[in-house]
Amino acid sequence: MMNLLSVLQMDRFTPRFYIAAATDNMSLQKARVFEDSLLHKKVIKGSSAQFMQIYRSREVGQSYVTSVWTTLLATTHALWLMVKIRPQVVLCNGPGTCIPLCVIAFLFKVIGIRWSSIFYVESIARVKRLSLSGLLLYKLCIADQFFVQWPQLQRKYPRAHYVGCLM
Amino acid sequence: MVVKLSGGVHFGQNRIIDNEKFEMGDTRDSVSLKRIVFVTVGTTCFDALVKAVDTLEVKQELTRRGYTHLLIQMGRGTYVPTKAAVSLSGSCHVFAESLVVKFTNGIQMFVKLIKFCTTGIRGKEKDACISSIRNKPKSSKIGVMEFFHYRNFIGASSVAALTKSTLSLGEDGLMAVDYFTFSSSIADHLRSASLVISHAGSGSIFETLRHGKPLIVVVNEDLMDNHQSELAEELAARKHLYCAHPQSLHQVIAGMDLESLLPYQPGDATPVAKLINRFLGFPDD
Repeated sequence: MMNLLSVLQMDRFTPRFYIAAATDNMSLQKARVFEDSLLHKKVIKGSSAQFMQIYRSREVGQSYVTSVWTTLLATTHALWLMVKIRPQVVLCNGPGTCIPLCVIAFLFKVIGIRWSSIFYVESIARVKRLSLSGLLLYKLCIADQFFVQWPQLQRKYPRAHYVGCLM
Repeated sequence: MVVKLSGGVHFGQNRIIDNEKFEMGDTRDSVSLKRIVFVTVGTTCFDALVKAVDTLEVKQELTRRGYTHLLIQMGRGTYVPTKAAVSLSGSCHVFAESLVVKFTNGIQMFVKLIKFCTTGIRGKEKDACISSIRNKPKSSKIGVMEFFHYRNFIGASSVAALTKSTLSLGEDGLMAVDYFTFSSSIADHLRSASLVISHAGSGSIFETLRHGKPLIVVVNEDLMDNHQSELAEELAARKHLYCAHPQSLHQVIAGMDLESLLPYQPGDATPVAKLINRFLGFPDD
């Protein structure tokens, strides 16, 4: 994700909201470091980035029964965040953390309010099969543009864009 | 605590919660002879790899290929490798000094254990223990296991230091072995390594490839839905690294030809940026 952000023009994509899972301690830290480096290199003038956390629909190894409840919780939280932020661009790389947000953004699009473009970049670790998040976003056509990093996936899922390895 | 011995070989103190850099050895005297193998499991528990690396076959193969030091980052694993520090000369003087080092290490560990049991852990160690507990699914059992793991780690280190020092010296040939659990950044260890043996996490793999180090990726067969192996196999097919299983590690080390590995060109994200800009209607640069 950081590799991708470093090649996007920051003045076109501002203000930026970084959202990570509530149990993830490292990703927001990386995002903060990235934003600080932008300030340092004077790419941006003021710090307009915000960092937020969202409940995860399902922790690794969690039972599917309790996942129903946590997914509802995550979806409600996502709804709250989407209304608050009203993004025009949603850029995500999985895993499941992004699904509630993408679904809400998609529902808004369907009913005609707050039109957000959704871009999904599948993980570089996915060479032959898509992740569950990727599958959902691809099959249900929720993502406007779906990027994969290996050619085998592009052959299997023709609507995806093959962009090579980002790392 | 670092003790300088005759012959210029340093013994660093084993840090359990490793926020500071782990000091492995002095490069001034032995820079031409020192070739470090760095083993990393990231934030996972991958006892099978640590055990495999700790076997005699693997250590013998590594020694045969000219490696002198083995540094293991064991993450959340519970298996404690045999810590062996052998000077290349193997003199009695070194042996006696190493016993003193291990004894004082053991005493310090024992004191820490007493402190831990009576007063609880504080500060950095507390944060690290809590964050490692928090990252696991909620269960008080896990908390208790973490406690025992921590305690066993200290206990094992001190007992191992005292009793195994006499046994392990000379047993493993010329390989010096050391280990730690976590580090805030493994970049320094990667930079000083001559060979990296890693779990199949994409972060570890690409960080190592970016440093241009020879890499053997070991896939964890205990993981359910092991999609990580796809990435390792694909990169091995493209000749950027070698792929192995814990059981076949010594064969892969014996048969590897590091000259045949192709350097990995770091990826470029500009195609994605172009596509996104075009979709949103921004002009192309």
